[in-house]
Amino acid sequence: MLPEFGFGVLLVGFIVTVYSGFAAWYGVRNKSASLVESARRAQLLTFPLLTIAAGVLIYLLVNNHFEVSFVYEVTSRSMPTYLKVTAWWGGQAGSLLFWAWLLAMFTSAVTVRKWERDLEFLPWVIVVSSITLAFFVGMVVFYENPFTRFWDIGGQVVPSLFAPSANATVFTPDDGQGLNPLLRHPGMVIHPPMLYLGFVSFVIPYAFAMAALITGRSDDRWIRITRRWTLWAWLFLSLGLVLGGRWAYDVLGWGGYWGWDPVEIAAFMPWLTGTAFLHSVMIQEKRGLLKHWNMILIILTYALVVFGTFLTRSGVLSSVHAFANSPIGPLFMAFVSLTLIASVALLIKRWPELKSETEMKSMLSREALFLFNNLLFMGILIVCFWGVISPLASELFTGTKITVGPPYYERATGPLFAGLLFLMAIAPLSAWGHSTVQTLGRALWKSALAASILTVGLVFTYTKNIYALIGFFLISFVFFATVHEFWRGANARMKAQDENFFAALGRLMGRNRRRYGGYIIHISMALMAIGILGIEIFQIETQGTVASGESLELADYRVEYRELASWDDFGSAVNYTRSVVDIYENGIFIGQLYPRIDYYYDSQQNMTIPGQHATLKDDLYILLVDWQPVSNQGATFKIYVNPLVNWMWIGSLTFLFGLMFAAWPDKDPADEPVRKRVGAGGRQASAAD
Amino acid sequence: MKVNKFFIGGAFIFAAIILLIATSTQANAEYFMTVDELNAEGAAAVNKSVRLSGAVLGDTIQYDASTLTLTFEIAHVPGDNAEIEAQGGLAMVLHEAVSDPSRARVKVVYEGVMPDLLRNEAQAIMTGTLGEDGVFHAEELLLKCPTKYEEAVPEQAASN
Repeated sequence: MLPEFGFGVLLVGFIVTVYSGFAAWYGVRNKSASLVESARRAQLLTFPLLTIAAGVLIYLLVNNHFEVSFVYEVTSRSMPTYLKVTAWWGGQAGSLLFWAWLLAMFTSAVTVRKWERDLEFLPWVIVVSSITLAFFVGMVVFYENPFTRFWDIGGQVVPSLFAPSANATVFTPDDGQGLNPLLRHPGMVIHPPMLYLGFVSFVIPYAFAMAALITGRSDDRWIRITRRWTLWAWLFLSLGLVLGGRWAYDVLGWGGYWGWDPVEIAAFMPWLTGTAFLHSVMIQEKRGLLKHWNMILIILTYALVVFGTFLTRSGVLSSVHAFANSPIGPLFMAFVSLTLIASVALLIKRWPELKSETEMKSMLSREALFLFNNLLFMGILIVCFWGVISPLASELFTGTKITVGPPYYERATGPLFAGLLFLMAIAPLSAWGHSTVQTLGRALWKSALAASILTVGLVFTYTKNIYALIGFFLISFVFFATVHEFWRGANARMKAQDENFFAALGRLMGRNRRRYGGYIIHISMALMAIGILGIEIFQIETQGTVASGESLELADYRVEYRELASWDDFGSAVNYTRSVVDIYENGIFIGQLYPRIDYYYDSQQNMTIPGQHATLKDDLYILLVDWQPVSNQGATFKIYVNPLVNWMWIGSLTFLFGLMFAAWPDKDPADEPVRKRVGAGGRQASAAD
Repeated sequence: MKVNKFFIGGAFIFAAIILLIATSTQANAEYFMTVDELNAEGAAAVNKSVRLSGAVLGDTIQYDASTLTLTFEIAHVPGDNAEIEAQGGLAMVLHEAVSDPSRARVKVVYEGVMPDLLRNEAQAIMTGTLGEDGVFHAEELLLKCPTKYEEAVPEQAASN
């Protein structure tokens, strides 16, 4: 009964979505206010409908309705309730429904909040998001239905939505297959929803961009309306990426957090265009430049978001993330292609109207440096895209299938990331409109000098690796230049307003949240870069089998194996094998670690949980590889020392803080009066952004 | 004049990116191969960076934990997704590859931690090189167990 109800609600949701898009389009074309209103109400109905469908699915998941094939695939009796709820996005059908549910929620939020104010755009926003929503809901209704059940026809079990024949009865397996144990981790519980939140939020700025193109409004109104959406989208996407990295580091047991896996790259690509977009919209707001470019970036981001969802869900590329091959692959490709063609056609139609309002003059002006930043982001995107499609492309052109691994990405993106760091140090200090080597040099020489001194110090104390030194120089340059900028701003305000330093700093930052939030993010990027350099260049490892009381040594550490215990937890059907090792640093005992292996009976799969000793200097990361069960005498360990890697996580936290600082709601940017564009000259004028 | 300056700057960056991609691809290209293709190339494939995939034969898995040396054999499976689909999906193809003794096989050596997913009928995707001894030396080992994720019909079906 319930599965039929859930499916019925989904079907109604699909029809309502299609109606809403069509009514909005027809209504706005024929200036029928009542039809547009009807479209809006239909749109508002999609969210409760999808919520009910999702609620039904969650009810089925939590209550072990294994006759539903989706429930059978992703849950089992031994799973705790919270994991059964989050199994909603643990499989293909459920995650597509999750995507659609988020989009319905966001679109409703947009149409509820400022309907009167943004009336010129919103009907078109409904059209665009309804097309997207209809695609995803349609996918769930017609191809990947989470309410499909098992039916028994004379001893043969077939999956089907409704009874396949008159004599068929519903078949209920005793227990489900259970969620892949690798996914039963707190990080995995929130990583996919974060990524999806990020993915889906980018649909909103895209919908506004399309609305602006359709209505022919060529100013930056759409950017101002969606500024905060974009920031939150970027926040969630970034958070999703970081959480995914942390999960990989804690669970996958390969001593790293990023493997240039195609699916990781699929989530990384919209982040690249989104980041470029965040920067270049500022140029349009301040200077009225790069209007075409912003449109291209948001169109690309949207396409990459859908493409990314497709890559993670299609199995077209071999990857640890790959789910099953499924018929939805070609449909996704068709949808991406169609929306891309339609968007580009619209852009071409409006091309002349999006002319820049001024000209870019100086190569060192802030807008020019932002443009270079954008080019570098695009460069990294091209590197990634080429890497992902190289097997397909090479087979098409040369007949042999060629692929590229992590070394390709590291080598090709390394210099581009270095370029980005360099720009991160100098661009915030360059002036809008016009800037010269002299003015930039005056603003930057102290920071550059400090970074050089630090780097020379590192040569004598830490490393002589040239790539590492270049990296550390750039990182410290960013750090000093940005901190100097805080100091300079607060100092100026302190003198002008007669405040003490901290009050001045606080007010300065509070008045220019996007700017100073952005700077905090820059500093966070520098911190994260320290961690990346550490693991990329300085990671060392060793492995060996030792008897109880014996040790393995690596760098300053000595790892002494003590004992090992193995036991069953029948409640959750897991066998735990837990080893105990003593850790010594330079001969001094610093603690015990417990690397372990969890064996999941229902899916017959191991999960290797490392023991970690984390400090700012490095991370000692110990994996239990194997043990001799009979004698209990020996165990095999693999040990990594990952220098500086924790700066990665520290940077992630400050990054989160910076983003919240920049994006936290105060006054809606769209309600602010349009400021005069900044002319050539003053940095002072720009301090007011 | 002004426009030219930016055009040159942009073109310079663009050219640098293309150069980076081209040289990095060249330096790090790996050839996708099936077991059949690897055997067909024979000596010509020795020391070439190859990405090889095949079905793991469970009985052949041997692991020496003291040296972390893992050896196993894989059987040929088609490399083309469409072909796999035509033969009834990945799970079916892997199952048949393992059950068919006449399939081409190759021995694999891998040094490192035994992956959690390594078992009979898993798909192994490896990068490495073919040694002159005819053994494939894997540097990287990735495993996929399609039965985990695919819409599987419950096993109880048979007993009903």
